[in-house]
Amino acid sequence: MNILTLVRQVPDAEARVKVAGQAVDLDGTTMVIDGMDEYGVEEALRLREGGAPVEQIIALAVGPQRTEDALRTALAMGVDRAIHVETDEKIDAVSLSRLVAQVAQAENASLILVGGQEADWDSQALGAATAERLGWPQLTWTNELKVEGDSLTGRHDVDEGNESFRAPLPAVVTTQQGLNEPRYPTLPNIMKAKRKELRKDSLDQYGVQAQVRTVNAEIQTRARLNKLIDGKDPQAAAQELLNLLRNEAKVIA
Amino acid sequence: MILIVAEHSGGKLAKSTLEMVSAARESGREGPVTLLVLGQGVADAANEAAQYAEQVLVADLPGLAGYTAEVWAAAATQIAQEGEANLVIIGGSRSGREYAPRVAVKLDAPYLEDAISLSSQGQSVQAQRYTYLARVTETVEAQGPVVVVTAKPGSFNPAQPSGTAGEQYDVELDLPAPRVEITGKSVEKSSRVALTEADVIVTGGRGVGSSENFTSYVEGLADRIGAGVGATRAVVDAGWRPYAEQVGQTGKTVQPKAYIALGVSGAVQHLSGMGKSRNIIAINKDPEAPIFKVADYGIVGDVNQIVPALIEAAK
Repeated sequence: MNILTLVRQVPDAEARVKVAGQAVDLDGTTMVIDGMDEYGVEEALRLREGGAPVEQIIALAVGPQRTEDALRTALAMGVDRAIHVETDEKIDAVSLSRLVAQVAQAENASLILVGGQEADWDSQALGAATAERLGWPQLTWTNELKVEGDSLTGRHDVDEGNESFRAPLPAVVTTQQGLNEPRYPTLPNIMKAKRKELRKDSLDQYGVQAQVRTVNAEIQTRARLNKLIDGKDPQAAAQELLNLLRNEAKVIA
Repeated sequence: MILIVAEHSGGKLAKSTLEMVSAARESGREGPVTLLVLGQGVADAANEAAQYAEQVLVADLPGLAGYTAEVWAAAATQIAQEGEANLVIIGGSRSGREYAPRVAVKLDAPYLEDAISLSSQGQSVQAQRYTYLARVTETVEAQGPVVVVTAKPGSFNPAQPSGTAGEQYDVELDLPAPRVEITGKSVEKSSRVALTEADVIVTGGRGVGSSENFTSYVEGLADRIGAGVGATRAVVDAGWRPYAEQVGQTGKTVQPKAYIALGVSGAVQHLSGMGKSRNIIAINKDPEAPIFKVADYGIVGDVNQIVPALIEAAK
């Protein structure tokens, strides 16, 4: 089977995000492969290393030119080849799922791995929307995954607690922290990755148009009081905090 | 109509359902506010729903005994199509955000995810939502005869009962057979108030020291002041606490009146799940901990000394 693993490029979690005009300005921001997607790349490699009949692992990214770096990371981790659909346009997940479904079919993928939540647009929708387009089942927030014949088994988080599941392939799985520990690309693998295929497609090929437009962005910070108490005398500090919470913030009785 | 898929459990509507009723009324879309109650044995939830909406559609079916994304998506889509809904509102819970995109695809509708506000003008619907790990507030816009929205829990004021009971109608649905088989379940329901509904939350981080300390201090303080209990990713990973208590990017998003963080350093991923809390209170021995930057009140000190004193003082 072929596995399609989705890769996005997002600001480093520790990087400062700024807004210019009415949009987020990423100029000068350190960009990295989305951590949630990295678990998907790692899981694809582990499924193959663990003996699952995985023929090819293909990484797909949609985004501006710089997104190529995230794909190079995936290639250096061990995926076989990559597809980059280059566009500066921001495409919402439900619209983008059209493209992902087309690529999955063209590449004969029977498993799609995608991060549970995007670290830039905070969306959880791409996996589910892609599954719906393809008529496949989906498993979200997976933290354990196995391929058993034509089925997937594993465990995933739900509203309250978690569930063990069995689902038929093909399927879409969303990944998250806890599923595995992604490897660091080694220097030889980084060198090797440079010779791997990285295909460039244009968005026009897929006939995809964004349905959601971003009309404004702002950074709203709530002014915090920052009243800090020295805890050298625990009893006095506790009493002072309690008084503030009761009488000033009025949040406890 | 405006279709809302009710969230409920144990015969009671979840607070999120009342919030979605407010979202529907604020949306500016036209037509009766309609609550769809899905499940098996849901008469009580349906009766309660009638206090809030003009009409209640009740699908009380064996095929809806347990939630799966594909079945819920099929059910919501059928009702939206038959009722010609112009807006479909689904809860911003983990499950809601899992099946809502399927509904949007089925209806060929745009999807506004995790909305914190809603308004509309003609065919256009606008929503505000958080992005970049909840550090940015964006306004997004979509147009169409029908738009699918998920409402972020805690973002809309819960609706009050309207005083007149809405009409209830039983509905039949043509449901697909679920393909995902659930082979085991571990429910982590605490006896305390649900995290997403709590006014006050006490959360413990790695700095609490141990699972035993967590019980004594975090749970001890929570029980003393009637709060919900939260945990950081590190604490859940260490096996001290169940995942259901996790707050942050990969856990729950909360915005209580008071969020009390004990031994929590304040990583960006954690802040994205609680940074909108009305008051943030932090106790940590590291004065440089990032959590203090977003705290209204804090004590720089050892959790193991301060919290027992706090529990004692709160008697």
